[in-house]
Amino acid sequence: MTVLETRPHPIDRPQGGSLIGQFEYGLDAPICLTWELTYACNLSCAHCLSSSGRRDPNELSTEQCEAVIDELQRMKVFYVNIGGGEPTIRPDFWHLLEYAVNHDVGVKFSTNGVRINPERAAFLASTDYVDVQISLDGATAEVNDYVRGPGSYDMAIKALTNLRDAGFQDAKISVVVTRQNVEQLDEFKALADEYGATLRLTRLRPSGRGADVWDELHPLPEQQRVLYDWLLANGENVLTGDSFFHLAAFGEALPGLNLCGAGRVVCLIDPVGAVYACPFAIHDNFYAGSIVTDGGFERVWQNSELFNELRSPQTSGACTKCEFFDSCRGGCMAAKFFTGLPIDGPDPECVQGYGESALEGSRTVPPASQDHSRRSPARNQPVMLTLARREDLVAPPVSACAEGPLAGFIP
Amino acid sequence: MLDEAWDLSPSVSLRPEPFGALAYHFGNRRLTFLKRPELVSVVRGLGSHDDVRSALAAADVPPAQWTAYVGALRGLADTDMIRPRATAGPIEGNDT
Repeated sequence: MTVLETRPHPIDRPQGGSLIGQFEYGLDAPICLTWELTYACNLSCAHCLSSSGRRDPNELSTEQCEAVIDELQRMKVFYVNIGGGEPTIRPDFWHLLEYAVNHDVGVKFSTNGVRINPERAAFLASTDYVDVQISLDGATAEVNDYVRGPGSYDMAIKALTNLRDAGFQDAKISVVVTRQNVEQLDEFKALADEYGATLRLTRLRPSGRGADVWDELHPLPEQQRVLYDWLLANGENVLTGDSFFHLAAFGEALPGLNLCGAGRVVCLIDPVGAVYACPFAIHDNFYAGSIVTDGGFERVWQNSELFNELRSPQTSGACTKCEFFDSCRGGCMAAKFFTGLPIDGPDPECVQGYGESALEGSRTVPPASQDHSRRSPARNQPVMLTLARREDLVAPPVSACAEGPLAGFIP
Repeated sequence: MLDEAWDLSPSVSLRPEPFGALAYHFGNRRLTFLKRPELVSVVRGLGSHDDVRSALAAADVPPAQWTAYVGALRGLADTDMIRPRATAGPIEGNDT
């Protein structure tokens, strides 16, 4: 994708109308900006949406990161979601955190908890403009460690304990809803209450390494309904990053923004300064430009050809004929792309069932365009194997040398 | 409210947008959208006018719409986006 020299003609935008209608035409600066500081990570989660593991040698330097923050302050991007990789293992992470806060850019950062020791927790409790989000994908170690790796549950709980003991108010527990943990929603809520935290649930996307395990991890159709009912009943006190708008096609819309914000109100800056349409779309197809080589973030945000396309009226193909189109708007662009479905068709998890039939048709899952996964297995890498036995076997197989008179006899 | 003096909260920053503006409160971290450019002018003008009435007039809001605008301003006051100006609070002590 190219970044145009000058800002393209302002798109003809209707005056007044709904906020969502306005958002579809894009904003002068994002309201939800995710910034991944590093591809390095101490964990190797099976579903990592950025295929993180190894640091990229071209990651932005401390000075370059400060320049990004300066620019965000000028653009009045009032807060940024920092992630990775594991952002806290960057040696300058704490410096950048303070730098951002001192420049009117609030920070919410996502971490697996590895560096949230009692001292850091005390420091965080003393800051006013920082939110901490601990990732946890199971309410029990068994369910969590299955996808995030051995020891990761204890690490997250330790971090939550340190934050609570230091008096940090309202940490977030961030859960990617999967087939394995969707039955634990009440337990997650209880866990959040126990640590004085707020529960945040988000949707599993088939992005990054998530593409390899999506078939096995994404909630089944009947579980989507469980999730929807739970959100309707508990949604008031739970954050969702507005990520479940595909569920709106069940009927009643969920609280929040029922809209794909990619390139309109949302985008991602990756560790090397590449800008993508959304955090779940780190792929050449959704690359808008580079803040390093294309003249800074504001220029990419305002002049990227891709973003201007996303801010123009979209065609949604067959979906427009569906009576629920106004609720779900065709679902998530990244979910469609990474499962090999057409962008103008149904979401793979379409709750009206159009996704399942689309997945059964011919499709090619696009190859990844970046992979920072470790090249050799890590000690704490999840091994997604479970012990099971064939249901049709009632007894050990009978070997050819079994001589007993009852060999192979099943009463 | 029309005769009262109001001001933008000191912890609020306004970001211009094509449809109006986005208001962010650094204290309570609330994000609010001002969906009309006229409302943005009114809010920006609050501090430099004696009362809400003159801020509305200065922003060329037709008097017929003042009630609606006062409603919008009350909504902004609920989340502390705007607040009564401290130096010109309601005058008391008239009771005999």
